[in-house]
Amino acid sequence: MSAEYEAVIGIECHVELKTETKMFCGCRNEFGGEPNTKICPVCLGMPGALPVPNARAIELILKTGVAFGAEIPAFSKFDRKNYFYPDMPKDYQISQYDMPLTVGGSVKYWMEDGTLRECSLTRIHLEEDTGKSTHAGSGDGRIAGSAYSLVDFNRAGVPLMECVSEPELHSAAEAIAYLEALRRTLLALGVSDVKMEEGSLRCDANVSVRPAGSTALGTKTEIKNMNSFRSVERAIASEIDRQVALLRAGERVVQETRGWDEINGVTHSMRSKEEAHDYRYFPDPDLVPLEIARGDVERIAGSLPALPWQRFERYTKSYGMGAKPANQLIDNLALADYFDRVVERSLNAHQTSNFVLGDLSRLANETGVGVAESKVAPEHLAELIELVESKRINSKIAKELVARMWSGAGSPAEIVEREGLAQTTDRAAIERFVNEVLAANPSVVADYRAGKTGVAGFLVGQVMKASRGKADPALVNELVSAKLRS
Amino acid sequence: MADELIERSGAEIAAGVSSGRVSAVEVAESTLARVRDVDGLFGSYLAVLDDQALAQAANVDERVRRGEKLPLAGVPIAVKDNMCLDGTRTTAGSKILEHWVAPYTATAVARMIAAGAVPIGKTNCDEFAMGSSCENSALGVTRNPYDPSRVPGGSSGGSAAAVAAYEAAIGLGSDTGGSIREPGAFCNLIGFKPTYGRVSRYGLIAFSSSLDQIGPLTRTVEDAALAYDALAGYDPMDATSIDRAVETTADALRTDLRGVRIGIVKEFDTATLGDMDALYRQAYRDLERLGAQLVEVSLPTADYGVATYYLIAPAECSSNLARFDGVRYGLRVEGDDVRQMYDRTRAAGFGPEVKRRILIGTYALSSGYYDAYYVRAQKARTLIAQDFERAFAACDLIACPATSCPAFEFNAKSDPYSMYLMDYYTIPMSLAGLPALSVPCGWIAPAGGSVPMPIGLQLAGPLFSERLLLGAAHAYEQATRHAQARKPASGVRA
Repeated sequence: MSAEYEAVIGIECHVELKTETKMFCGCRNEFGGEPNTKICPVCLGMPGALPVPNARAIELILKTGVAFGAEIPAFSKFDRKNYFYPDMPKDYQISQYDMPLTVGGSVKYWMEDGTLRECSLTRIHLEEDTGKSTHAGSGDGRIAGSAYSLVDFNRAGVPLMECVSEPELHSAAEAIAYLEALRRTLLALGVSDVKMEEGSLRCDANVSVRPAGSTALGTKTEIKNMNSFRSVERAIASEIDRQVALLRAGERVVQETRGWDEINGVTHSMRSKEEAHDYRYFPDPDLVPLEIARGDVERIAGSLPALPWQRFERYTKSYGMGAKPANQLIDNLALADYFDRVVERSLNAHQTSNFVLGDLSRLANETGVGVAESKVAPEHLAELIELVESKRINSKIAKELVARMWSGAGSPAEIVEREGLAQTTDRAAIERFVNEVLAANPSVVADYRAGKTGVAGFLVGQVMKASRGKADPALVNELVSAKLRS
Repeated sequence: MADELIERSGAEIAAGVSSGRVSAVEVAESTLARVRDVDGLFGSYLAVLDDQALAQAANVDERVRRGEKLPLAGVPIAVKDNMCLDGTRTTAGSKILEHWVAPYTATAVARMIAAGAVPIGKTNCDEFAMGSSCENSALGVTRNPYDPSRVPGGSSGGSAAAVAAYEAAIGLGSDTGGSIREPGAFCNLIGFKPTYGRVSRYGLIAFSSSLDQIGPLTRTVEDAALAYDALAGYDPMDATSIDRAVETTADALRTDLRGVRIGIVKEFDTATLGDMDALYRQAYRDLERLGAQLVEVSLPTADYGVATYYLIAPAECSSNLARFDGVRYGLRVEGDDVRQMYDRTRAAGFGPEVKRRILIGTYALSSGYYDAYYVRAQKARTLIAQDFERAFAACDLIACPATSCPAFEFNAKSDPYSMYLMDYYTIPMSLAGLPALSVPCGWIAPAGGSVPMPIGLQLAGPLFSERLLLGAAHAYEQATRHAQARKPASGVRA
């Protein structure tokens, strides 16, 4: 895309909520399983069966809304969205039309370079998922022309959150950053697994372009069939290019639904059959209107965990961390919580992230035990950092201690005390070690003086060894250099 | 002995079975024998559950022997075929469900069974409960036991005919706009629709969810009270059922109406009802004679009830009946693609009245018409409910006709609109969710007929006024005993 045009993108996400049971019945809500084993008269739409709403699902939506700063209206209701489709048992979907559970709010997202941005939300509402159809014999897996279809209703009635953004994103990169922030937040809130590959996160993108500087919206297309973040990014980029090329050629963009073709890397027009649906929404008479108590909203607001964007801002702005390590922490909630607990005590984010993302993460990888579940208590790591900070121990001893703490050695301060591992900063004592080492290695000293300055490292190492690792390495360096040059 | 047994009320049977004077199995056998004798003529049942009934009766006898107190011990009941009973065909009177076997039991039916009732069979009804004569059933003809050339009323006509013809002691019906009260009036029965939300709808095949309510059809008010006490109560499977303690009614049956203010509705002028006028005037005088104070009340918007109802109920049914698509259960007529399968299945499976209402409802909900029809109808519904609230500030119960005529002959109401008007007096209470019942109030020789037919007095009360409502109906029933004046036809074909 060139500077002549600006893209305008809105994202609509469907997210399966992580609840024990389905939205309107007691069937298990879990991914997979033998087809049609998690079903009952209610989620099959049997004659006479009635829906009863899942309070936990409502709570999860409210939690999401509060986390994104949305307005939570005092009243909400469920409506029926009427249309015929074989994987929709009642031939209507219980959804929300004009009174969603949450209105407005925004998702704060961040780019790879660390800049924080914001995209407004239109609304978040709650609905039920459909079953899953497999169409056989049509070649393209679509119902048209298929010989027969199989329907698995395990997914039918799973609580589904629909989260609609305003058209405020302007590039594929922003769209991905928005989705990442949304995904990270929903994970942090425990609202969903948010796995695109399992279908617990599905998204469509509305894309239009307009001449740079214009405020009117161009004609949009809706892009579907994107199965990964990568395909979302590619699909949006490709669609922007397509639309810009059309406008440059003096042609018009047609408002339509387009499918993303992963293999050929292009979007293609989907059949326009879906265009003129009249869903005949009306309030579901099987369900009573929802009254949301202020007290519940306050309770939810008071129990929110640290939100990813807040963490990102804190890590990068207050702690001066780079975007990459900040994301590394945010993407591992247990690790981020651990990190925060250590920083609370150590007050040294830099050292803490070095230990947490460095030594501890390496040990975690090697042993398969998560840092947060390891034997290294946050207060002990903070203690260790304090020992390094105050130069009571040097970094070499610190590394050894980390390994021992991982094995359950407990408080590093106690070990240092017990084993006399405190760093030696006694200049006279170190000087004695230096003199001993130089005297014992005349040939090396000669090599140095002959210009092979690289051997200084060997001598420093020998001094450290002589001090049993306790000497302050900086001081050793300084003294060795001074002696060699004298 | 057998005849005597089947003519007993539910209360008498329950007392007999509980005390061991008669067994539930004997009652079931007598009832099944009666069904064999007369149902060929009356056609009350779509399915008779001989084996299940006898097994359930044996089970009741066993429970009684173990000392369980069962308020409906051994009482034979007729279940309208729009209520699910596990393992039995449940058709709603429709071809589209003609062979569908319910995989679960409706809460209301389960509650009756838990109280000791014995389901004898599933009864005919207007297709998906849409009708006022039972003539809209796709699966059978039901005749009025008091004159088999006439309809039993509807939509719960099968349950009404079964109870009137001693083929069951208690019938379960569902009432959306009058479908219990009207057949009750036509068949010389108590037809009782409780407060909306009082009886679980779980397992009742939905016609219009915001109006449908299950209730009993009985030969005595006492039986209606016993049935209500068993049926009523919160059900966690029905989000519209009301979580509030149920006041029992069987202990509230009174013999006078002292201190009860009964409203006579100004707009429901019985002078327009021909010969029935005198009977209703007499009924009001009888209420007064029992100690009631009659007051005139006004329901100015009640006249819009039918128009309002015929937007809301079809709108809801157009959506409720969408699931009958041939995909998962019920009738399927194959087509070249799924769309054609839907079209053919629904064209073949639904009768003309059901199609008419689906069309009306689909239209009323359509974009561009929704505000003009559905939204306005909801507003009218609110106004009608408010009329009742105002009226009940001045009275405790309302008395009015249940119907504008007695049971009519088959095909007499072939124009749909004239059939819709059959529910003129019952629809307003349905729209307001109020408890209401019809109780026999006399006999009249209908135009063109020689056999006197029963007519019903409708009593209605505020929400949750079931104690007073059934209590008052009992006082009136005991003082007038209109129901006992005549017997149904023998049921044996000439």
